[in-house]
Amino acid sequence: MMQENFVKVGMADMQIATTGAILKTTGLGSCVGLTLFDERSKVAGMVHVMLPSSEIARETPINIAKYADTSLPHLIGLMKQAGAEPRRFVAKMAGGAQMFAFNSKSDSMRIGPRNVESCKEMLRQFSIPLIAEDTGANYGRTIEFNSSSGVLVIRSVQQGVKEI
Amino acid sequence: MNPLAKLEAFKLDVLKEVGNIGAGNAATALSRLLDKPVDMNVPTVSLIPFERVADRVGGFEQVVIAVFLRVEGDAPGNMFFIIDEHSARKLLRNLLAIEPSEEAGYSEMEFSALSEIGNILAGSYLSSLADFTQLCLSPTVPAIAVDMAGAILSCGLVQYGEMGDSALLINTTFLEGREELAGHFFLIPDPESFDKIFSALGVPNE
Repeated sequence: MMQENFVKVGMADMQIATTGAILKTTGLGSCVGLTLFDERSKVAGMVHVMLPSSEIARETPINIAKYADTSLPHLIGLMKQAGAEPRRFVAKMAGGAQMFAFNSKSDSMRIGPRNVESCKEMLRQFSIPLIAEDTGANYGRTIEFNSSSGVLVIRSVQQGVKEI
Repeated sequence: MNPLAKLEAFKLDVLKEVGNIGAGNAATALSRLLDKPVDMNVPTVSLIPFERVADRVGGFEQVVIAVFLRVEGDAPGNMFFIIDEHSARKLLRNLLAIEPSEEAGYSEMEFSALSEIGNILAGSYLSSLADFTQLCLSPTVPAIAVDMAGAILSCGLVQYGEMGDSALLINTTFLEGREELAGHFFLIPDPESFDKIFSALGVPNE
């Protein structure tokens, strides 16, 4: 039995994995876990997206892993360096929940769906097919992405374990 | 760098006092509800990296019950009242004589009761804070969730995401001794609210 090798992806963080390592990010609420995979070279990447667009950023320098629009191009670059071929990339994603539903003037409560929309828009721009997703609803998710199989395992308190 | 990282020690002390007064009143309210003494820890106020916001409640994946209110008005922010499942059962048993079933999750009635308890406690926290600062602070209707602490608390960090990778949390823990009931308040004022809180309390702004 091979020892499972986990690579932790923090909040507003991105990592890549090869040779069977498993990318893992915990406690996705409104954040989105976006994964890319090149099956032939077995290079996998994951980003924990927190906000839809860097246009609102007031930090300098910005954390490119945090925003949907800046993280995807960077992740593609990292994976290319690791030997992946972007034309073969397929994407999966999970998260983007609306944890609490109530009426508020604040737009920040809709951040989950906006993160999902923004990630999809970026994937379209880079012509990367989204082959599976488990997004929205109102519960948190922990995800693990296997860099040898490309299987994304999603754990949640309410829904148990699911594979996409 | 996050501008809030430069807050002087005495300003952090002012925020501790804010947490003290708010949670003190909430603890009194809880003590009346339970008809038992409730103790409270000294609040901690610090700029915490996103990765570590859930440390105090058992980590990102720890399942907790959270009542969330968005604070609107002069100094907007997010407020969480978080308890673990063990404490939630104790509360239900003590206050309502409901014996929650161990495996089936929570019924609508139990949810509603927990949400109301959170509402009362957060309401007393905020109203004492509003009295103390003379700021208008109005909570939204509470929302409740049972889920991973990281997924819950990260919802309160969105306003900080734009400006850095850490957030300023005012955290107070209270305990009801023999029953081992523990709860946490997290007040996460929006970054823009700090100046308003400080000027309302007469803290000089350089």
